[in-house]
Amino acid sequence: MSSPREILDLLGENARYTTEDLAHMTEFTESEVEAIVTEFEEAGAITGYQAVINWDRLETNGERVRATVELNVALDRETNYGDIAERIAKFPEVTSLRLVSGDYDFDLTVEGDSMREVSHFISEKIAPIPEITQTVTHYIMESYKEQGIEFDDQDDDDDRLSVSP
Amino acid sequence: MTLEPADRVDSVPPSGIRRFFELAEEMDDIISLGVGEPDFSAPWAAREAAITSLERGQTSYTANRGKRELRTRISRFEADAHGLSYDPDDEMLVTAGASEGLDLAFRALLNPGDKLAVAQPCYVSYVPGATFAGVDVVDVTTRAEDEFKLTREVLEASGAAAADALVYCYPNNPTGATMTGDELREVAAFCREHDLSVFADEIYADLTYEHDHTSIATLPGMRERTVVFNGFSKAFAMTGFRLGYAMGPADAITAMNRVHQYTMLSAPTTAQHAAIEALDSCLDEVDEMSAQYDRRRNYVLSRFEEMGLACFPAAGAFYAFPECPWDDAEEFAEALLQEKRVAVVPGSAFGEGGDGHLRISYATGLDELKTAMNRIESFIS
Repeated sequence: MSSPREILDLLGENARYTTEDLAHMTEFTESEVEAIVTEFEEAGAITGYQAVINWDRLETNGERVRATVELNVALDRETNYGDIAERIAKFPEVTSLRLVSGDYDFDLTVEGDSMREVSHFISEKIAPIPEITQTVTHYIMESYKEQGIEFDDQDDDDDRLSVSP
Repeated sequence: MTLEPADRVDSVPPSGIRRFFELAEEMDDIISLGVGEPDFSAPWAAREAAITSLERGQTSYTANRGKRELRTRISRFEADAHGLSYDPDDEMLVTAGASEGLDLAFRALLNPGDKLAVAQPCYVSYVPGATFAGVDVVDVTTRAEDEFKLTREVLEASGAAAADALVYCYPNNPTGATMTGDELREVAAFCREHDLSVFADEIYADLTYEHDHTSIATLPGMRERTVVFNGFSKAFAMTGFRLGYAMGPADAITAMNRVHQYTMLSAPTTAQHAAIEALDSCLDEVDEMSAQYDRRRNYVLSRFEEMGLACFPAAGAFYAFPECPWDDAEEFAEALLQEKRVAVVPGSAFGEGGDGHLRISYATGLDELKTAMNRIESFIS
């Protein structure tokens, strides 16, 4: 029996499945699929649809510089984590922002066209925020897996016999 | 004259699949819906366990019946998943694929001249296996109007009452048909009435989509006359590891082991290490793969319905078995391959009752499946 959750699982796996594909794979009709997707979108459960990109595969000009940044913050009576997060998340250079347990407070990902641009952004926009006490920047040198998708996955080669019993 | 094939080998024709394999191999850029194995690789944890066992130098034979750690896990898994209860020491044999187990059963539990009722269409090895064992085959031809299920009626009509044993596979290759507990009860009653042993090939048990899988061995009075075959090839996507197992009454397993110990000695050791890990940590992946097949099954069946290709709602394995729109399914399959570069297998390759149908394997990624369905649609319209 199909459940609306199945539509989420399928879109999480491949956001390019068409309404028709989704209807074919589940027990829902196309209009039911549309209604379910709209409901998830309106409820904010589906917040966007993005491709998973292996930038290293682009030959020219496509390469983006990415860094993960560890942030430590000092809270006071008037400021909580949410307040600080809201300020940081607004910058378009920040592609992800998470509050984490452990040695530091926030883990963010920053993207730019060059190392200079990313460094400049962190030193000029992030570090000066008064509650921030420390930043540690790690430039990403190579990405092997993103959002559950392994890059250059050799398992993709189908070496099965073309016809077998 | 030396090195001439023995008569019983010579009497078995080459597999009907062979011709399509050769045609498909000559062509580039085909999408094959003719593959009888998963498109997924074995779960990584199982592969890593195999690698680790090799690094540790665990490359010796194992006990004839298989590593005890593996048999105890299989015993637990079969109890949890299918309600079967078999003693790992006396009632279980680890084999090189379920196919070896079936061959052992034919040779160890039947005498030359005995009769084996073979429910068809079926996997290509049963009839040749029986012939190699000198056993006579009784064709039990399931019918499209019964959705290729085994019924008392077809058993009676085929003369299976006079057979010594019955072999079947549900969920079925090539049809994708499954049997519910109630439907199996009828078969069980027939086998008890006519004193037939049962060889139940349950290799696709964990790829059953619309109801729970029932093993005939769980039905009253059946355990003592049944050998159940299963393995890691399909649900665990471990075909190349060649690992299966047989479960049955102690005497039957002892007899099968007598042939196994002289011919195979033990199932592949590396594969046994992988299988232990598969049972310990890969059941979630099995569920995920099963969910993927189920979506593809829905997809394929919906598309067939839309393009007007008659197909019963196959509820298991990873096959659909639509009626061929042409009179000659072989001709159709060949033309589809030549003109649209989609490989399917004509049902006649799987024995009696398969003629006029096509086996469509949906063990293929959805994007390719979609392209293949579009090509089939344009071919038949």
